[in-house]
Amino acid sequence: MPDSIPADSVGLVRPQTLHIDTPITLESGRTLPVYDLVYETYGELNQDASNAILICHALSGDHHVAGYYTMEDKKPGWWDNVIGPGKAIDTNHFFVVCLNNLGGCKGSTGPISINPETKVPYGPDFPIVTVNDWVKSQAILADNLNIEHWAAVIGGSLGGMQAMQWAISLPDRLRHVLIIAAAPKLSAQNIAFNEVARTAIKADPDFHEGFYASHDTVPRKGLGLARMLGHITYLSDEAMHEKFGRELRHGSINYGFDVEFQIESYLRYQSETFAEKFDANTYLLMTKALDYFDPASAFDNNLTKAVAEIKAKCLVLSFTTDWRFAPERSQEIVHALLAANKEVTYAEIEATQGHDAFLLAIPRYHELFSAYMKKVAAEVAVQ
Amino acid sequence: MNLRPDLQIIADWIPSGARVLDLGSGDGALLKALQDREVTGYGIEIDNGQIAGCIESDINVIHADLDQGLPQFDDQSFDFVILSQTLQAVKRPDFLVNEIIRVGKQAIIGFPNFGHWQCRLQLAFNGIMPISKTLPNEWYNTANIHLCTIKDFEQLCTDKHIHIEQRSIVDHAHRDSLGIKLAPNVFGEIALYQIKKS
Repeated sequence: MPDSIPADSVGLVRPQTLHIDTPITLESGRTLPVYDLVYETYGELNQDASNAILICHALSGDHHVAGYYTMEDKKPGWWDNVIGPGKAIDTNHFFVVCLNNLGGCKGSTGPISINPETKVPYGPDFPIVTVNDWVKSQAILADNLNIEHWAAVIGGSLGGMQAMQWAISLPDRLRHVLIIAAAPKLSAQNIAFNEVARTAIKADPDFHEGFYASHDTVPRKGLGLARMLGHITYLSDEAMHEKFGRELRHGSINYGFDVEFQIESYLRYQSETFAEKFDANTYLLMTKALDYFDPASAFDNNLTKAVAEIKAKCLVLSFTTDWRFAPERSQEIVHALLAANKEVTYAEIEATQGHDAFLLAIPRYHELFSAYMKKVAAEVAVQ
Repeated sequence: MNLRPDLQIIADWIPSGARVLDLGSGDGALLKALQDREVTGYGIEIDNGQIAGCIESDINVIHADLDQGLPQFDDQSFDFVILSQTLQAVKRPDFLVNEIIRVGKQAIIGFPNFGHWQCRLQLAFNGIMPISKTLPNEWYNTANIHLCTIKDFEQLCTDKHIHIEQRSIVDHAHRDSLGIKLAPNVFGEIALYQIKKS
């Protein structure tokens, strides 16, 4: 908890809700008749609405990207280290928007929301949402905020995929796109990890085919296990070694199955806290959205064709020890952009932290991020 | 802004509006100098400490290792591919030259001439690996692992059926002289070649 709000923080923030009663048809063909989008904004939208930045969140992220809700908050928003006055995404220059994606569990309409037709929570009946659906709903939010063009759309991991889809689907509505620690589609290995996570959730006796709410329970064990697995893929071997090594909690081994190594303790803690704050049906949906993401599939599986209409200038960043979405996956995106003769800058950042690196304040990473955003701000200023 | 002298010579060789790939682009100085002549393209740089400079100059730059070649680029997809003062630092200069003339319709390659008389004297009379203004490091810590002479490079061009369009041989201050004209491989310190597949 902050004793006082740091000078480079966006300060105390409050989420807002946009209620939409125009039905949205999803990629699956199903329709949501009404829905809410919960979002936060930081900074001021300028007169010609040219300084707006959209942040897209990843698998377990939400709309609370920066700042604090109360002085009692233990931590600020999940990407606070890049958003604020004087930070890479400088709120003295930019108006920053982030929303909880459809299907989420942090306020936007999702499995825990009441289905207006049945008057009970959607649960597993909530339609499958895709990256395309998210882009579509994000564009509806932009319309409602009177933002015709984003100065930049930015995301890491699954968020980077949304940013990339924005540049492909709505090329006239963004000037820059920052695709960080992402991939043009999941590999079989990535899908395999997701399937293990889903299996863990579905195998929990408290899952009740997704109708756990009506049984007044939650599949804590399954969701926790899914998160444990996720955490392993977010960290590098090196990062785990640095952080935990083979350190024991009580100094010596006890020849039993209780938590002994620090890494076990860490994973159990992560799994327990996550299971308290996240919805299992949302987790299932998010992993499916990841699995389905493949923008090239609509273009004869040719990624160069998929990016052919992009007008945004692109910054692609990857991290050396990221094995969930390795640098080679970012390079696939870069190669397609080069082959399509697009404006692109690419850097592979040395980092020991694995996939998690995209959330961390790594000096070289933030140096490039800041340099790029300064350029974006300068363009906004001369418009 | 003063451009590094070898880059100034290269800039003069590049026509307006050309599409250029600058290998070992550093902070993007060459591409920036060419921006107002509507030259477009990309820099390739292995040191990501230089990439912020490229971003500030609004240069598109790709972080990559030239020892891997140029697999991300199609055949003959650039008007010019430029490699200045880097050929001698790569693992396989012959492989990189192949890649350069595959990707570029024209190429410009510059390197320090190891045939310069000072190098020859240091090796012949002092019996040590030469150190000069263009080659300032010791043998054990130099990045220059594949040094060549003007004669060597032109032999490589002959062997690979590469056509030399033009060359500029200068001293370390990038000046021409009578000595260089008469005996370039003895008096030239820096060599620049414009080449293409013949």
